[in-house]
Amino acid sequence: MPRFFFVLILLLGLLFAPRAFAQGNAPTDDQVNQVAKKLFCPVCENVPLDVCPTQACAQWRATIREKLSAGWDEQQILDYFAAQYGERVLAQPSTRGLNVFVWLIPPIVIGVGLFVLWRVLNGMTKPSAEPEAATPPLSNDAYVARLEKELKDRR
Amino acid sequence: MIANLGYFALVLALLCTLYAAGLGVLSVSQRRPDWLESAHHAALLVWPLVTLSSLCLITLLVTDQYQISYVANATSRSMPLYLKVTAWWGGQAGSLLFWSWLMSTFAFVAMLRNWEHDRDLMPYVIAVTMITIAFFVGLVVFIENPFTRLWQLPTGDTVAAMMQPAGTLPFTPADGRGLNPLLRHLGMIIHPPMLYLGFVSFVIPYAFAMAALLTHRTDAAWLRATRRWTLVGWLFLSLGLLLGGRWAYDVLGWGGYWGWDPVENAAFMPWLTGTAFLHSVMIQEKRGMLKKWNIVLIILTYALVIFGTFLTRSGVLSSVHAFAQSAIGPAFFIFIGLTFIGSLALLFREWDHLRSDNQLDGLLSRESAFLLNNLLFMGIAISVFWGTVFPMISELVTNEKISVGPPFYNRVTGPQFAALVLLMGVAPLLAWRKASARQLGRLLLWPFLLTVVVVIALLAFGIYNWGALLGFGITALVTFTTLMEFGRGALARMRVNHEDPFTALTTLIARNRRRYGGYIIHLGVVLMAIGVIGSNFFQQETQGHLRPGEQLTLGRYVMTYDGLTEFTHTDGRDVARAVVSVYRDGVAVGQLFPRRDFYSETNQPMTIPGVRSSVEDDFYILLVSWEPIGDSGATFKIYLNPLVNWIWAGGLVFILGTLVAAWPDMLEEKRLAPATAYATQKAA
Repeated sequence: MPRFFFVLILLLGLLFAPRAFAQGNAPTDDQVNQVAKKLFCPVCENVPLDVCPTQACAQWRATIREKLSAGWDEQQILDYFAAQYGERVLAQPSTRGLNVFVWLIPPIVIGVGLFVLWRVLNGMTKPSAEPEAATPPLSNDAYVARLEKELKDRR
Repeated sequence: MIANLGYFALVLALLCTLYAAGLGVLSVSQRRPDWLESAHHAALLVWPLVTLSSLCLITLLVTDQYQISYVANATSRSMPLYLKVTAWWGGQAGSLLFWSWLMSTFAFVAMLRNWEHDRDLMPYVIAVTMITIAFFVGLVVFIENPFTRLWQLPTGDTVAAMMQPAGTLPFTPADGRGLNPLLRHLGMIIHPPMLYLGFVSFVIPYAFAMAALLTHRTDAAWLRATRRWTLVGWLFLSLGLLLGGRWAYDVLGWGGYWGWDPVENAAFMPWLTGTAFLHSVMIQEKRGMLKKWNIVLIILTYALVIFGTFLTRSGVLSSVHAFAQSAIGPAFFIFIGLTFIGSLALLFREWDHLRSDNQLDGLLSRESAFLLNNLLFMGIAISVFWGTVFPMISELVTNEKISVGPPFYNRVTGPQFAALVLLMGVAPLLAWRKASARQLGRLLLWPFLLTVVVVIALLAFGIYNWGALLGFGITALVTFTTLMEFGRGALARMRVNHEDPFTALTTLIARNRRRYGGYIIHLGVVLMAIGVIGSNFFQQETQGHLRPGEQLTLGRYVMTYDGLTEFTHTDGRDVARAVVSVYRDGVAVGQLFPRRDFYSETNQPMTIPGVRSSVEDDFYILLVSWEPIGDSGATFKIYLNPLVNWIWAGGLVFILGTLVAAWPDMLEEKRLAPATAYATQKAA
């Protein structure tokens, strides 16, 4: 029984292992594009590498293919390009250093916004002691009634 | 000669704007209505002058006057006439002139239309619109002048200047450099004018808001006076964004329609705050609340309009340091800063006057739903703004430029958009002032049950992606509640007026254009959301190298590579055009011709996809590369974009709804008459 589990774990491990390419087993275009998608063109502004038609990008894709053939995984290739050409080639900013703020600010803004909205709504609401009957809800039926009245007046 | 005339007209226009703005403001403090008349006349003169200047530029463009620097850079002899005309906004200096012209057109119309009705606001409306025009005309006159001539230095280099610099000779190139090939597309020809129209028409409500602050008016008069301007501005901005998306899909060749490019974001941000504004003004009109907030929103929208133009025109995007290379960047920066701080200062001065006429009666109400709507729109706008400016901040702080690409935006704004669409379905069911949870539950019961049926059906079709299921579920719920709103209104009419269903529905819409126009817009948004969910969650792609006769399979589609031809087009570009046969479920559905155009004059390649469109999906083929000698093979990238056409269909519904909402309505004009008559009385 323990041996069975051992084999199972080994098999699972194989299943989830980063897909490395043995020498001579050429990566497909789709595998190259999978990595290229996460990089930006070095010369054009904001064009993903996988679709850029320039010569420079074709060369970069060739580099990705070489690295994949050499058995590198995706993260290694991305790190390689970032180290060579700077962080701007990464489509998604890293979470290192100052870049943390890219990711932090929007949720903080939403959180603060929700809090402020909650406070404002509570602040704007009348104290509940006031009898409810004083403010009959302006329902849609009343709206339709008013509408019909206006239409009648117009005729 | 023509160039000098154009420049002279523009200088005169600049003087007129300054005169009108100054005298308009002084007419109030000095109590001189005759000065206001004079300011009004000067302001009216700006439009003919800028028009004259623009006509001069167009004349230069279409008559191949290549001694003019702008003409030489934006056109070439081989370009057809219509493209030469559109080169008016094809380059930097021309597009700023175009902006000024549109702005002066709108100011001219507003000046004529609202002169009688809103006399007391007019001095400041004139001042604000004229200062805005003065800024843009000033940029053209002093920094980006499209009328400069080319002169040759003894060294052989050329310079551009209005007057002949010492020691130079006039220089006329034999031909121009031509318009950027990416812009030679119908979508790109209509897209910038639409965006700019949207941009400039938001200046009018901003001007009225500032005028209301300066005249201590706390009522909704400025909103009523500018409601249609806002809707029209919003319509054009929406059209501009849609056309931009379509253009990207057809021309840029990356399989998508929206790339969260800073230039796209520049147009999207004012749309977001403008949409928030369109919603929140309803609370002020109906309940006299949110007065300060509405002013904040229109100030933000105006600032983002100028900021958007700044982003696209100053070169700041390529590098923060490029921004200082031309005087245009700092000029924009200062103008945005001054107007933004000035507007906020005005708002704070009036802060205590802008108290709400009413209080909120219940936490669960139409008002609170509108507030939540505003929060979400602002959340998305801030997220987009942050992603757009962060690379610049990073470059300034760490001296390293980074990229913020689509993954960031999709992740951060996706949930907010989903919440917004959900709210769009629920909010119309909430009563004003105070809604009860029970009533809401009763109204939501049937739409919710139908939504459950839809989700089960989707599961039965094999869609297990929870994100997509949630998205489709939300769109279904919104569709049912919105249709129910139409149904309830029509039924009420049928019951009361004994009308047949068709008459009831059409009269319902015709008599409540804003409300039901809004619901039609909501339905358009739902259709677009379905397209976005489909194409985002279920897009498939593959790439492969094919020899003639070989095939590539993706989903239900198979493409066979038939052959490739290379030729030089009459307009000078080198074209490589592949012929591909497409089969769907084994049945031939036609041939497609993906191609690669290469413009040697600008050294620019362009990938034009071959697309087979249907309601269900788009089969989208890109020619990636090919072996030029012989015909031994080519590489294709193919995409399957499910439901993408729903976006364009939704866009049409969206525009239709906006037209319904913005169309002049006599009944409404009559109802508003007392409010505007007050202004006239006061002025008289």
